[in-house]
Amino acid sequence: MIAVDNLKMQFGSEEILKGISTVFEQGKTNLIIGQSGSGKSVMLKCLIGLLQPVAGSISYHNKPTNQMNLQQQRILREEIGMLFQGGALFDSMTIEENIMFPLRMFSQQSTSNMISRVNEVLNRVNLDGVNNKFPAEISGGMQKRVSIARAIVNNPKYLFCDEPNSGLDPKTATVIDNLIQRITHENDITTIVVTHDMNSVMEIGERINFLKNGILVWKGTQEDIFKTNNQDVTDFVYSSNLFRKIRDVQNQNI
Amino acid sequence: MKYLQDIGSYFLMLKRTFSSYTKADVLRELIFKEIDDLVMSSLGIVSFIGFFVGGVITLQTALNLTDPIIPKELVAFATRQSIILEFAPTFISIIMAGKVGSFITSSIGSMRVTEQIDALEVMGINSLNYLVFPKVIALLTYPFLIAIAMFLGILGGLIAGVYGGFVSLDEFIRGLQEDFIPFHLVYAFVKTYVFAFILATVPAWHGYYMKGGALEVGKASTKSFVWTSVLIIFANYIITQLLLS
Repeated sequence: MIAVDNLKMQFGSEEILKGISTVFEQGKTNLIIGQSGSGKSVMLKCLIGLLQPVAGSISYHNKPTNQMNLQQQRILREEIGMLFQGGALFDSMTIEENIMFPLRMFSQQSTSNMISRVNEVLNRVNLDGVNNKFPAEISGGMQKRVSIARAIVNNPKYLFCDEPNSGLDPKTATVIDNLIQRITHENDITTIVVTHDMNSVMEIGERINFLKNGILVWKGTQEDIFKTNNQDVTDFVYSSNLFRKIRDVQNQNI
Repeated sequence: MKYLQDIGSYFLMLKRTFSSYTKADVLRELIFKEIDDLVMSSLGIVSFIGFFVGGVITLQTALNLTDPIIPKELVAFATRQSIILEFAPTFISIIMAGKVGSFITSSIGSMRVTEQIDALEVMGINSLNYLVFPKVIALLTYPFLIAIAMFLGILGGLIAGVYGGFVSLDEFIRGLQEDFIPFHLVYAFVKTYVFAFILATVPAWHGYYMKGGALEVGKASTKSFVWTSVLIIFANYIITQLLLS
């Protein structure tokens, strides 16, 4: 579980996050959604420590990060897996070396043990036999799956995903979404996904946080989002022609 | 004001580069890779430039010393002094600012653009130590390149002078040995080490702190070349004042 209390962030005089408080539950896929520029990615970067918030606190299992000593922060980082928007795979390394990288850095396992763990996670993301390829030699969807494999190879307690299906076709995007949800449930981890894709909301949105202009304007579940009267949320959800048509059909049936 | 901020961030980068060390076996591997990428891969161009510029220095000197009173040995003496004191350490370093410096800036800059540096940080790895420290250590072997440039420059001068008919082999050898001051080699290698440090860290700073996309990587590489060259020339002046005047 990750709790955020009154989180504020600003660049210069521009306020990006304006006092956000919420809780991300363990064993659930927690979504942060909103339009481009609403502060989703900045919030994610604050959560994983890439940006230092100007105020507020972030607690991992009731331990505020700003009260952790260096050793505790180092341990916490080893418990975090991150799926970046572009995959962020290391170009100069093979797929196997990419996935093995966190193990090499933080564990004392033998090479053979590390390779068998790499094969295990590659199998888990349905990518057998690509060990010796380089990231440039595989498709975007495969790169995302490799990135997920790298994120989970150390059995993280927390998984962060920044726009996991951006640039992917709808079918591959659904595969990635389902994979993230399956890993979340099977490993009982706290997963936070930043997205503006309504299909992801439909697929994996167990807990949803809606941001607008740096303010958390709505929280709820997948079922709630289609029933809410919040104008900002309905504007966002029904900005898609497909969802407007679904709503019209539902209204006709009623 | 911005320049002061940049200088501050450069020194903060150096502080972080030499702290929170990456695992020793990983670092060892990275250092060997960097020696290959930065030093060994430059051997060809440094040898080529060293040899032919040495030849040109000899030709220019010989063609300008037409007075029969001036001994022919002076051609070799001038070639040796030019190559050891300035050409090999300073001008090869400026050429390397273009080759190695641009490579360092663009490779680190690309990692910044594609979030690979963020990925390292999220994993709890000190990205500066992981990326920059091996380059600094690898460039400790840089004087090896400069020594080769010195040797080939003098060899090029000898071949151009002797086979061009400007000076005999005996005269050239005598000229090379004339008034040789061993401290000049110490001076040349001291400044080579300083240039090596500039070559590793200034382009790394430009790549690490760049913002934007692919276009900005190119701009950062150009800026890195300009600033690395400026700093090498400036450091050259200071070291010459300190050690030779």
